[in-house]
Amino acid sequence: MAGKGGFLESIRESQAWKSIFRHGAPDNPRNKVLIVLMNVFLHLHPIRMKKSGVRMSFTWCMGGLTFFLFLVETVTGVLLMFYYRPTADYAYSDIIALREHVPIGIMREVHRWGAHAMVITVWLHMFRVFLTGSYKPPREFNWGVGVILLVLTLLLSFTGYLLPWDQLAIWAITVGSNMARATPFLGHEGPGASLINMLLGFDAVTAGSDARFALLAGRMVGEATLLRFYVLHCIFIPLIASVLMAIHFWRVRKDGGISGPL
Amino acid sequence: MPTPSYPEAPEGISRRTFISWVTVGWVAFSAALGAGLTAVGRLFFPNVTFEPPQQFKAGFPTEYVVNKVDERFKKKYGVWIVRNEKGIYVLSTVCTHLGCTPNWLDAEAKFKCPCHGSGYYVTGINFEGPAPRPLERFKIALSDDGQLYIDKNVKFQYEKGQWKDAGSFLETAAS
Repeated sequence: MAGKGGFLESIRESQAWKSIFRHGAPDNPRNKVLIVLMNVFLHLHPIRMKKSGVRMSFTWCMGGLTFFLFLVETVTGVLLMFYYRPTADYAYSDIIALREHVPIGIMREVHRWGAHAMVITVWLHMFRVFLTGSYKPPREFNWGVGVILLVLTLLLSFTGYLLPWDQLAIWAITVGSNMARATPFLGHEGPGASLINMLLGFDAVTAGSDARFALLAGRMVGEATLLRFYVLHCIFIPLIASVLMAIHFWRVRKDGGISGPL
Repeated sequence: MPTPSYPEAPEGISRRTFISWVTVGWVAFSAALGAGLTAVGRLFFPNVTFEPPQQFKAGFPTEYVVNKVDERFKKKYGVWIVRNEKGIYVLSTVCTHLGCTPNWLDAEAKFKCPCHGSGYYVTGINFEGPAPRPLERFKIALSDDGQLYIDKNVKFQYEKGQWKDAGSFLETAAS
């Protein structure tokens, strides 16, 4: 190596390069391991894996595709946030403006179709994990984390559904959130609500104080709901999902690598 | 032979005192955390909502025409006020299927939901589409000044036999 490519070699020998990459060239097994271990993004991944484990026909690449789509949704979502205002006066016209007046107006469509695709890939990922039996010990905890991530994906879809603020959005959320009426103990039409009211001696769980009210910020879908769903959609759920995804990827590594028999 | 020396515990803190203080600390921390989380949970239930009130006055009985579905309060309060020969009742505009708002079709004398096609008679009884039960009725009474007084906090469900209860129907003198 020495003597060849003097310029590249001098970069590699520079203090700046060495301060970022604290390992040598990947020309021996130790350095190959270090490259993965010492990178904050890569260290979540297995250092090495079985060739059979990464066969496309085996994994369908669905977990990776889901993560890729999450990144697409994050990037396009942040771009949309530069134009979208979550108020009853502006929300719908901002959505129209995003299509008609803003350069690369297709960004909103990418966000929408990416969301649909992510729901599909996350289901297929779960289906694959089930078919390959990859939920079995010692991976049962990661299956649980995955189920929560699936629910969060659906909630991201649901909260994003309201943001265009058209008739479809308002009525879809009206219909969808009616399920929260039947939350056990916490919904005013759910099982156990009357029991709680009886035990407390006053109407604690009503249409104005139950789970659905907390979700909608009112008894019906209104402007307060739009703001609440916006914050849930853009900050709260993505944050929780990111933390859980880090755990999910970490546990893939710790529980024996990508699927495959142990 | 020198005896091994151990560092002495600081003056005034015994093992027992230390554990007591740790316990006190953890209890205080847990209580503060619990109080903080409760306060944050309370944040999601504002003291004031900018929705129409659940109780309201709806004008005088004479303003309502016999055998006609009155839609003047449909948009604001979500109710139809219906008067027949015997009296007045208040129907909820929430479809019992999934919660959309049906339309009153005068020519066909029925409530028809645009979402999935549920149909209700003028009484509120369901007769077509996926609706599993009749529309709900709200409490109606006369206030001191003679106006109708409607309370949406109290509802009457037909399938529970509540349409016979006092307050579900306001009898009016023939006019």
